[in-house]
Amino acid sequence: MKAVGLTKQVSTGATTLTILHDISLEIAAGEACAILGASGSGKTTLLALLAGLDVPTAGEVRINGVELFALDEDGRARLRRNQVGFVFQSFQLLPALTAVENVMLPLELAGNHGARGKATAWLARVGLAERLEHYPRQLSGGEQQRVAVARAFATEPRLLFADEPTGNLDSATGEEIISLMFALNRESHTTLLLVTHDEAIARRCPRQLKLAAGRLTSDERR
Amino acid sequence: MSAADRLNAGAVLRLAARMLGRDWRAGEQRVLAVALIVAVASLTTVAFFADRVGRTLTREANQLLGADLVVVSDVPIPESFRGEARRLALAVTEAVRFPSMTQASGRTLLTEVKAVSSGYPLRGKLRIRESATGPDLEPARIPAPGSVWVDDRLLRRLDIRIGDRIALGEREFTVAAMVTEEPESSAGFLNLGPRLMLNIDDLASTALLQTGSRVSFRLFVAGEMQDVGAFRDYAARTVRLGQRVEDIREARPEIKSALTRAERFLGLSALLTVILAGVAVALAARRYLQRHLDACAIMRCLGASQALILTLHLLQFAMIGLAASAIGCAIGFLCQYLLAALLAPIVSVSLPAPGWLPVGQGLIAGFVLLLGFALPPLIGLKRVPTLRVLRRDLGTPDSFGLSAYLLGGAAMSGLIVWQAQDPDLGMYVLGGVLGTMIASAFLTLVVLRLLSSFSRGAGLNWRFGLANLRRRTIGTVIQVVALGLGMMALILLTLVRSDLLESWQKSLPPDAPNRFLVNIQPDQVGEIADFFAGRQLKPPALFPMIRGRLVEVNGKPVSSKDYVEDRARRLVDREFNLSWAEKLQPDNVIVAGRWFAASDAGKPLLSFEEGIAETLRLKLGDEVTYDIGGSRLTAKISSLRTVDWDSFRVNFFVIAPPGVLERFPGTFVTSLHLPVSRSIVMDEIVKRFPNLLVIDVAAILSQVQRMMDQVVRAIEFVFLFSLAAGLLVLFAAVSSTHDERVFDAAVMRTLGAASAQLRAVLVSEFLLIGALAGLIAAVGASAVGLVLAKQVLNVPYSIDAWVWLLGLVAGAIGVAIAGLLGTAKVLRTPPMQVFRASA
Repeated sequence: MKAVGLTKQVSTGATTLTILHDISLEIAAGEACAILGASGSGKTTLLALLAGLDVPTAGEVRINGVELFALDEDGRARLRRNQVGFVFQSFQLLPALTAVENVMLPLELAGNHGARGKATAWLARVGLAERLEHYPRQLSGGEQQRVAVARAFATEPRLLFADEPTGNLDSATGEEIISLMFALNRESHTTLLLVTHDEAIARRCPRQLKLAAGRLTSDERR
Repeated sequence: MSAADRLNAGAVLRLAARMLGRDWRAGEQRVLAVALIVAVASLTTVAFFADRVGRTLTREANQLLGADLVVVSDVPIPESFRGEARRLALAVTEAVRFPSMTQASGRTLLTEVKAVSSGYPLRGKLRIRESATGPDLEPARIPAPGSVWVDDRLLRRLDIRIGDRIALGEREFTVAAMVTEEPESSAGFLNLGPRLMLNIDDLASTALLQTGSRVSFRLFVAGEMQDVGAFRDYAARTVRLGQRVEDIREARPEIKSALTRAERFLGLSALLTVILAGVAVALAARRYLQRHLDACAIMRCLGASQALILTLHLLQFAMIGLAASAIGCAIGFLCQYLLAALLAPIVSVSLPAPGWLPVGQGLIAGFVLLLGFALPPLIGLKRVPTLRVLRRDLGTPDSFGLSAYLLGGAAMSGLIVWQAQDPDLGMYVLGGVLGTMIASAFLTLVVLRLLSSFSRGAGLNWRFGLANLRRRTIGTVIQVVALGLGMMALILLTLVRSDLLESWQKSLPPDAPNRFLVNIQPDQVGEIADFFAGRQLKPPALFPMIRGRLVEVNGKPVSSKDYVEDRARRLVDREFNLSWAEKLQPDNVIVAGRWFAASDAGKPLLSFEEGIAETLRLKLGDEVTYDIGGSRLTAKISSLRTVDWDSFRVNFFVIAPPGVLERFPGTFVTSLHLPVSRSIVMDEIVKRFPNLLVIDVAAILSQVQRMMDQVVRAIEFVFLFSLAAGLLVLFAAVSSTHDERVFDAAVMRTLGAASAQLRAVLVSEFLLIGALAGLIAAVGASAVGLVLAKQVLNVPYSIDAWVWLLGLVAGAIGVAIAGLLGTAKVLRTPPMQVFRASA
């Protein structure tokens, strides 16, 4: 994945606010990379742009050589469907669907046969074999995030984006989720891009990018 | 105590106004405000109009009556009444009214004739014009002997002018003036026939008052209030069957009831709008609450008390309520002019300017609606737990449930009963609306449940759409019910109405009789047959008609007081038309007992029409006694018949076998189909037999049809508001779930769903809602149509399955299109913006 000159500005009335300044970076396949920064530093915006969930003011993003913003919204969705998984801070499960249906959803969107079987297997792997038919509102925060993790890995994506995945969880549960994510990541050789403000979590990634006020301030590898 | 609680009233008001301004810019209150405007506009349009009509009736009560009190009788008024009036020093005058044919310049016309004595009218104004271009003046006396006064309709339809001659019965008169304003003329309301006034001294010479004629004798009195009161007491004690006392309080009850009925119908149409608007308000208020939970939790955190939060929001809603109701009243004020214009041909008097009372009604209705549906969510808002700031899943207050709408339901019920102005009618409508709502809610639940159990095998889109509907079960039910009601009004107005009119028109055969000949004297029977034969027309069958009054049932005297139903009272108060026949008419069917055998001739037996027997609570075997011109006839009911009244043939409620009624004085009546090319024959027959009355059915039918059209147009106009309210409900319903849809779409987009997939999910959801609502609407409209056909219009009406299919398909497609338009933004918003907004 390669980003060149990514800039994001938002205008509120007369004033224009620049959230990201001319960011360029490259992430190799299979790499695990943390994006660190204080609140408001632009890290979530960067993640959103890299995943094609938002549109930049300037710059480009290439995933496996495909320029994201040359595609329309549907084209980007298709690319995500086949190659990208997500874990969000606030889980973003669909409340109308049960746990297993939430995991089935990306499989079904990709036209995958045997979605139910795969979804059931993934939920078992995250330890929720007994909670298949529960709705999100019947699950704890940690359980909801496990469903989200299962959903993210279910399509076997080449890229996994995680936005503050532990932000809404207590530290013990958070630790569990992170361990789970790293374990699954190792098993499936996924490229991981993790946004966090937690130095301890970031240290578990071999590479750390630091953002401050919308600019990339450091790029460290261990 | 927090800082916020120390705010003074002015500061709170200013803060509420600022909050309202922000919410308004954000578009939060628009649906609510527009729903209120539509509801109030619809109610006040009708209320302004009703107020004007009502004040006309009050203002013109004296004018309607022509006196302080009138004794009405179908036999000459006994001398004792006059004596008593004179004893009480009351002013007295008299009139005789009856229908008759008038003739001039070769034309004939059925006319309402009134012979008056000097002094008429005692109250109210009579104004005439003595030449076509002359001024209106109040005449000093009644028409001079040998002259008559007529109204402009008579002049127009006979194509004559003031000064021309006109034939009435066996006399000719000079038309001396045109009456421009006249008491007892129904003050222009529902005024059908042309009118003629003559001097009572000329009456005998017309030879029109013969046995069996339909005549109303009227004694007018006026004077001091207490003397009139004393006379009223005397008259009330003295009146016999066939006589009644009318005073200002009950002036022209039939006009009043006709108008009241029209008003009620318009009022109920307006109520439908209010119900729909109430649903829109409820949906909008619910959405408002959902969107303000966080803001309230934060305000609570910042130290606002529950009371302050409630006060601020109540003030906001009060401001919206006041502004929207005021705008609604203004729109109603303008629209009622249009309504009055539409109904002008029926209400032909000039109406006074609208009063201010409806404004109050509009404001009250607006606030009842707003508070009934918005207060429960608002009270819920103040109870938002502060902890919601930390845990968003906390504290969706319990007033989100159906129970919160109990207050709204109660407010709405009160409004309906108030507006219907008749508890029975109000409850009836309310029951109908509630029944429809409950039935459709139940049906929606059942269908959702059924579809869910089949959904496993369905595709992703349907399964997901259905899952969404099921998740928001209450919301879905509300949407389906509201849309269903809105569409039902539309279907009723368009498809079912034209179906009903069509079946009514179809029920008239093309050769249905189009003329009735009434008042044929027994000695004219032979001459009439010769008259027709001489013109190569088949002589029509003549039916004897004897007028009698029901006085006893099974030996017990009856009076109108024994009955509750209006129709029964009228039947007992007035004279019946009795007839005799040997053979049963083809459009009559015996449903109980048996028709007369040849051996029954001369036996005291009667065959009753089933409906009238039911109304009068008579059954087979009962003995009834009639007073016929002072003699009595007691007979047993030996059969009950149904009659096809729509055949337009002569039919009778009560028929005796031959040899029973012949000894009583009577007349003959007939009906015939006269081709348009031969209509001149009627002018000739009247010239030859001046006492005959010719009733032109086609003319009356077309007049009734015209009036119906006008009323329907007025109702359609009021239903435009219902349509607007229905669309609002659709909009409010779609936007009430808009936020959830946007979120769902963002998640699906993130997971790689294409626009087409998102659209397919939305479409499947809207298709389901629309199809359900459309089906409910079509079924409901058919049911109402069936009830109307059976109970009100008495026409055959078969439920059209096409209407159901059409309702289902049109509902599905319409809602899908509207829903897609309303959610276009859902598809365009980049997912991250959605997550940020909801984070």
